[in-house]
Amino acid sequence: MQITRFPSRAEGLADRMAGFMEHLRMNGLPVGVRETGDALSALSEVEACDVSEAREALSVLLTGDAESWRKFDALFDAYWFNAGKQRQGVANSTHVKVQSARPLMWQEHFEDAPSGNEDSASEDALTPDFGDGEAEGQDGRLIATKTDNLTRRDLRELMDEDSLRQAEAAATRLARAMRDRRSRRRKQALRGRELDMRRIQRASLARGGEPLELHRKARPPRPLQIVALCDVSGSMTVYSRVFLAFLKGLVSSDTRTDAYLFHTRLMRVTDAMRDHDTLRAAGRLSLMAEGFGGGTDIAGSLETFLNSYGAKALNGRTVVIILSDGYCTSDAAALGDQLARLKKRARRVVWLNPLKGWQDYAPVAAAIRAAEPHLDAHLPANTLRALAALEREFAKL
Amino acid sequence: MGVSEVQSALAEEGYVAGDRLSMALHLATALGRPLLLEGPAGVGKTEVAKAMAAVHDTKLIRLQCYEGLDASHAIYEWNYQRQLLAIRASEAQGGTSEAALFGEDYLLKRPLLEAISQDQPPVLLIDEIDRADEEFEAYLLEILSDFQITIPEMGTITAASRPMVILTANGTRELSDALRRRCLYAYVDYPDRDTELAILRARMPAVEGLLARQIVGVVQALRREELEKSPGIAEMLDWAAALSGLGVNDMAQSPEAVQSTLVCLLKTAADYDAAPREVMDRLIGKVA
Repeated sequence: MQITRFPSRAEGLADRMAGFMEHLRMNGLPVGVRETGDALSALSEVEACDVSEAREALSVLLTGDAESWRKFDALFDAYWFNAGKQRQGVANSTHVKVQSARPLMWQEHFEDAPSGNEDSASEDALTPDFGDGEAEGQDGRLIATKTDNLTRRDLRELMDEDSLRQAEAAATRLARAMRDRRSRRRKQALRGRELDMRRIQRASLARGGEPLELHRKARPPRPLQIVALCDVSGSMTVYSRVFLAFLKGLVSSDTRTDAYLFHTRLMRVTDAMRDHDTLRAAGRLSLMAEGFGGGTDIAGSLETFLNSYGAKALNGRTVVIILSDGYCTSDAAALGDQLARLKKRARRVVWLNPLKGWQDYAPVAAAIRAAEPHLDAHLPANTLRALAALEREFAKL
Repeated sequence: MGVSEVQSALAEEGYVAGDRLSMALHLATALGRPLLLEGPAGVGKTEVAKAMAAVHDTKLIRLQCYEGLDASHAIYEWNYQRQLLAIRASEAQGGTSEAALFGEDYLLKRPLLEAISQDQPPVLLIDEIDRADEEFEAYLLEILSDFQITIPEMGTITAASRPMVILTANGTRELSDALRRRCLYAYVDYPDRDTELAILRARMPAVEGLLARQIVGVVQALRREELEKSPGIAEMLDWAAALSGLGVNDMAQSPEAVQSTLVCLLKTAADYDAAPREVMDRLIGKVA
C-alpha cells in the first residue's frame, strides 16, 4: 500500500487534517471546525505516527453512530492512503465524466439519464427531491448535475414532476391522517373539553363541598407510527419514482416515520430521505444502494428487518406499509411466516400493490396468496387517485 | 497513561477491552470528554464503567435512565419534609431564616449533582440514556459541556473535579446529534472467539480448557443463528457458571445438563424452540 501522498499544496498537519474533515463532511459525517481542533489535540495524546493508533483515536473522536463507525475505516484509508480516489489528471483536463458513484440499482431505475447527452441535461433544471441526481465521481467526490425529465413507457402521464409532487402530497396527507389519533381514555388536561367530575368532587372537599375548582379532561393524542418498506426491484421499476416520492412524503411529514428500501437486501433510507440537501441525499442513497442486484427477496428482506430494525421500529402503535407487487423469488411459505411474525409485533400491516388496481387482477401468485391472510388490508396503488383514496382507507385502520 | 496501559489495567480488573475501546477510554480520560458506548445488549457496556472505577480506584456513580426521568430524580431535590419539620421545630425559638432552609442540609443530591461535587473525580455512568426523554437529554447537554449546575436558591455549583462520564445506549430511540457531537463514540460489538475465550478465562478461571472452548464455540454459533435475543457475554458467563456448577467437563458427555441449563442462554420461548437437542448436539459436535 502506498504511504500518504498529499496534494502538494497541503502545508502541514493542520491543513491536511482540515482536508480530512472536508472529506468526512462530503461523506455525511457531521464534523465541523471544532472537531478539527479536537482531532489535533487527540492526536497529541497518542502516538500520532502509529497508523493504527491514529486511526483508532480519530474514529473514536469523529464518529457518532454505528453507521459512521463502520464506514470510518474505509474513509480513513481513502483519504490518508489515497485508496478511494480516482487518479487525477485524466478527468481534470478533458471533459470526461466518470460515472462511478451511481450503482447499478439506480441506473436501472433511471436508465434514460443520458451519459453523453449534455445538452438535454442542462435544459431541464428540475431536480426532484430524492436521490436521482446524476452522481458523478471525480476525485472520489460526488458532484451534482442536472438531470432531464424521465419519460416512461408505461404510466407515462404519472411521471412528470407535478405528479410526483402530488404523490408526495398524498403521502403527507396520509401520514397526517394517521398521526391524528386520540386515545380512548381520558386524562386530566388543562384545556379539556369535558369536566372531570371525580377530580372536581375531590377538590370540593377542601371547600366544604363547593365545586369551585373545575378540573377538565381530554383524550390525549396517541399517534400511529408508520414504517414503510418499499420494493425497488426490477418488476417495480415503472412505479419506483412515484413510490419514492410517496415514501419521501411519508417520511418528511414527521420525525418518527421510518422508511426502508428492499430488493434482494434491505436498507434503511429514513435519514437519506429526510435530508434537505438534495445532493447529499442522492449521495447517501446511492452509497447505500451499492452492491444491489436484480430480483426480489421479500421474505429475506422482511426477516432482516425484523431481526435488526424491528425491535426499535415496531410497537403496538405501528402501521407497517409494504409497497410491492408481490413478485418474489423467495419461498412463499417463508413470506407467510415472516408476515405472521411482523403481524404479531405491529398493530397493522398494509400491503399497497400497484397490480391490484388492474382489471381482472386476482392474487394468484403464490407469494401474495401466502401473504394475504396476514394482511389487514391489501389495497391498490397504481394511480395517483388510488394513492389519494388511501387516506380514507387508512382512517379506518 | 497510554492506550496499552489502559488496556492492561482493565485486564487486571478482569475486563478484556478491545483496541478501539481502550483508545476511547484513554482519550475520554485525556481530553476530559464524555464517552458514548453503543452496541447490542449484553456486551459489557455497563461493566466498562465499573472496571474504570476500579482502575482509577474511585467512586462509581450511576444514573439509570428511564422514561419520565426528570431533573428532581437526576440532579437535585429539596427535602421538603425536613424543611417543614425544621420550620415547626424552630417556631418555638422564634422561627428560622429562609437562607438556612435552603442550605446544604436540606438538599438531596441526586447522581448528577453528586458526581460534580466529589473531591476525587468519580466515574459517572449514565446508563441507557436512550430510554430517557429528549428533554432530559437537553439538561444533560448543559451539564456535560460546562460541568456546572444552577440551583436557583443557592446559585451555581461548579464541579470540584471533572468526573469521567460514560453514557450507554442500545438504540431504543435515536439520540440527538448535539449529544453525539459532544461525546466520544465507541461501538461495542460481540467479541470474536479469542476475545470471548479470554473474557471467560479472566472471569472464571475455574472453567476447564475443553469446556471453555465448547461454551464459547456454542455461544458464538448461536449468535449466528437467527434468534430473537442473541445471547450476550453476561449470558455466556451465567451458562459457564451453571455448567461448571453442575460438574460438567465435556458437553458431549452430558447433553441433559446442557439442555437443562439452556435457560441461562435463551430468554424467549421461540428461541428455546429453535434450539432443540439435535441442533445443540450438532453445534457441540462442530466445536469439538
